[in-house]
Amino acid sequence: MTSQTTRPASRWERFRDSYLLYSFKRDLIAQVSLLAFILLVTAAVLAPWLAPMDPYDLAQIDILASELPPLWIDGSDPTYLMGTDAQGRDLLSTILYGARVSLIIGFGAVAMQATLGVCFGLLAGYMGGRVDAFLMRLADIQLSFSTLMVAIIVGALFKAIFGGATFSTYAVPLLVLIIGLAEWPQYARTVRASVLAEKGKEYVDAARVMGLSSRRIMFRHILPNTLSPIFVISTVQVANAIISEAALSFLGLGMPETQPSLGSLIKSGFDYLQSGSWWITLIPGLVLVILVLVINLLGDWLRDVLNPRLYKG
Amino acid sequence: MSLLDVNHLDVRFALRGGDVQALRDVCFSLDRGERLGIVGESGAGKSVAAFSLLNLIAKPGYIAGGSIRFDDQELIGVSDRQLRKIRGHRMSMIFQDPMMTLNPVLTIGEQMVECLKAHRRITTRQARTISLKRLQQVQIPSPEARLDQYPHELSGGMRQRVIIAVALLLDPDIIIADEPTTALDVTIQAEIMALLLELCETHNVGLILITHDLGVVSQVTQRMLVMYAGRVIEQGPTREIINDPQHPYTQGLINALPQMATPGERLNQIPGSMPSLSKLPSGCAFHPRCGFVQRSDGTDRQACREEVPAFVTSGNCQAACHMVAEMIDSERIPAQEQE
Amino acid sequence: MNSSATGTASTAPLLSLKGLEKRFSLSGDFLEQLQFKGGKLVRHQEHVHAINGVDLDIQRGEALCVVGESGCGKSTVARTVMGLLTPSAGEVRYAGERIDNMSGKQLLPYRRRMQMIFQNPYASLNPRMTIQQTLEEPIRLHHPDWSNQAVKDKVSEVMESVGISADWGPRYGHEFSGGQRQRIAIARALAVDPEFIVADEPISALDVSIQAQVLNLLMEAQQRHNLTYLFITHDLAVVEHFGTRVAVMYLGRVCEVAPTATLFARPRHPYTQALMSAIPRLEDDRPQHIRLEGEVPTPVHLPSGCVFHGRCPHANQRCRDEIPQLIATEDGGQVACHGVEENRIDP
Repeated sequence: MTSQTTRPASRWERFRDSYLLYSFKRDLIAQVSLLAFILLVTAAVLAPWLAPMDPYDLAQIDILASELPPLWIDGSDPTYLMGTDAQGRDLLSTILYGARVSLIIGFGAVAMQATLGVCFGLLAGYMGGRVDAFLMRLADIQLSFSTLMVAIIVGALFKAIFGGATFSTYAVPLLVLIIGLAEWPQYARTVRASVLAEKGKEYVDAARVMGLSSRRIMFRHILPNTLSPIFVISTVQVANAIISEAALSFLGLGMPETQPSLGSLIKSGFDYLQSGSWWITLIPGLVLVILVLVINLLGDWLRDVLNPRLYKG
Repeated sequence: MSLLDVNHLDVRFALRGGDVQALRDVCFSLDRGERLGIVGESGAGKSVAAFSLLNLIAKPGYIAGGSIRFDDQELIGVSDRQLRKIRGHRMSMIFQDPMMTLNPVLTIGEQMVECLKAHRRITTRQARTISLKRLQQVQIPSPEARLDQYPHELSGGMRQRVIIAVALLLDPDIIIADEPTTALDVTIQAEIMALLLELCETHNVGLILITHDLGVVSQVTQRMLVMYAGRVIEQGPTREIINDPQHPYTQGLINALPQMATPGERLNQIPGSMPSLSKLPSGCAFHPRCGFVQRSDGTDRQACREEVPAFVTSGNCQAACHMVAEMIDSERIPAQEQE
Repeated sequence: MNSSATGTASTAPLLSLKGLEKRFSLSGDFLEQLQFKGGKLVRHQEHVHAINGVDLDIQRGEALCVVGESGCGKSTVARTVMGLLTPSAGEVRYAGERIDNMSGKQLLPYRRRMQMIFQNPYASLNPRMTIQQTLEEPIRLHHPDWSNQAVKDKVSEVMESVGISADWGPRYGHEFSGGQRQRIAIARALAVDPEFIVADEPISALDVSIQAQVLNLLMEAQQRHNLTYLFITHDLAVVEHFGTRVAVMYLGRVCEVAPTATLFARPRHPYTQALMSAIPRLEDDRPQHIRLEGEVPTPVHLPSGCVFHGRCPHANQRCRDEIPQLIATEDGGQVACHGVEENRIDP
């Protein structure tokens, strides 16, 4: 028992020696994805300072400068790096602001899904029996409606009842709520499966024998041990939520054009595709694709690292 | 010339922190019909030794050096095709978990027939007859019915009997059994070991029994090796080692058994635990846990900390220990003076 | 079959099990139990009978070992005693109080007095908690009024008492070897100063040299804290060394209870005799073990009469029909066997 050094490894040392970092250093795709993701997120977060113009500020918009092409095409204006959209907003600024909206909705919706799904999954897995049966059937019912269908019905109802103006004001929280409510079963199922696996382990029995309350056992003992799968599906779910939001916005049920997300930008440019102003649709579309792609690639890498079972068979 | 000769076997695992040596300088031999026990705790390398005989070491492990000669043929570096002729045919293996050998979707009969036909040119009918005979030999009740059953329909003890029947199928020269009864209950374990012993004797089959259970080894084998941290530290006739172990580790292992102490008294424990293979202590790997690094006169035996001990012979046994070497030396000098 | 059966009912037992039964359903939920049989919808249920009527008393200060082969229900007994499972029938009494039907809150004071040590040291420590956190948790729960310093002192004390340096508190379980983890698990059980410890195969996952260390530690703890043990194991050599009394279980029933020395000197029940003869011993080269016919039947369809009759060399018609009850023997033990009762079996 003398072989161990007395000083325990610090958090940083543990991270430095971890398999996570080791495999990251060896995976070029993960490195490039993370870099791209960080760049996109920083640019979106810092949009108010980075963007040359404020697309929400009507005073800065020059309607005469509408549909100007990007810099590398004839007839462009050097003020507008990526050209302008149909309303004369600087496309680069609008994309930065739009990416911000998309990311806020993506992460917000996932936070919502995760909270609901983790709680329901923990309850179902730990309690078992009728609670489990009830919650899981609820999840089945929820899953049998597609996300878009739910969103369209709720969105349309809200618009019909409260009118378009109220909808525009509350668009972001509403979208978070809709997408969050529609996809919690993904989390609930994953969490329930890992809770069932963890519940059989002796440390849970030890906690019960100690006399701890069910709530403490669930949140303090079991939940931290189910974080890896939660982490992995979160990446996929963020990408999905961003896509869902884009799809809704494209259908006109998402963000209004006055505070565009990437989806509504694509939609707004769509009408001008025929008239040759392809950049209004294509550039935000490209940003959306890259954003979703890098998140998914990061998620794939995480799944491989955190789930060594994949390599064992 | 022995049937099997293993010399200076060196097995490593390529891990991300660098190579880890799982076996160092392992030498042993096995005569025709001899039963050899390999004893050690988990991490001692006993299973790696067994797997390397058939070159079954999974990546990232590899054989880095040494030689394995079987019936005058070198096995290291031989093509997989050549090795397959030996594997299962002349040397067969019994695993701890029977489901590692049995395919769950094929019946017992199908698996046995398939195995026979892969190595011999015989008809299915002949193969079935041989299979039936083997199942009778392992004393399975109603063997005809078992041929058409699936592995999951049998109990654990019955499965292990089937495994033994499969291992005997091609009349091997050596059976390698890796903890064959660890997963079984004591009463079943006793029956399986008795069966294995009887079959090895009647068919003159050699047995390499890998286990952590000294009781089993003492009942079944004629010779034994004790392994510690990837090395063989003691070898010799089983009875002599059990009755009079030389190496302090073997002594500790035997003395730690509850049956060696008076009920209710403290057991004679070995302090500490086996070092991890990637962080072996210098010199003798056992020295941090050994009570004999200090001589009886209080002086330290520096060699224990600095030099890897070589084998010294004491009677019919060999032990790799500086203390034993010193004792033999000191005994020899007065003996020579008397002459 | 309470303590009065043994003749000396001077002190009340610390723990007593009466007619304890535990069944596990194999048939899933209600919808899965419905089957069509002969054109009718019937509800069909199948059960695993893990324990079937176990009567046991544990006296203060003793180490009662429960031995048996896999599937005999010994772990189920341990888990039922600790309230991890609710018995299907029968009762568990601790110091005279019935505890098997108590709510979590009512049970809390008993949780402090009875603790458990588990088999697998690799699974019994929460991988996301440091040793310090693991050990502090039970102390803070049962002594909410203690100061931070008092809790920390107690943790250091129990860590040192099991031979783990108190400096290692901030480490996680996976940084320790199996034997060290089992020490930590023992420290966790000792942290709340219990009087009764259920140990479910605490050394069977450990290496031989480590087994001795842990067994010594458990015996030291017993002397120091005056503990009572319910020790579950399959290893008879450990029982002989560790136990004051032994209960042998087969297929969910106790077939023999006796003081350790008596049992090892003179096993009465045919199953105990077979079990004893199967221990691999260092001394003998050619063991003469008693071969039992067949294998342990499944606990789904229990044999009628004595559960052991199908494999017993001494079984007769009475054994096939009538369930034997524990009967006191002249040397202080209890045996559930018609053959012993009728003096048909030579010991």
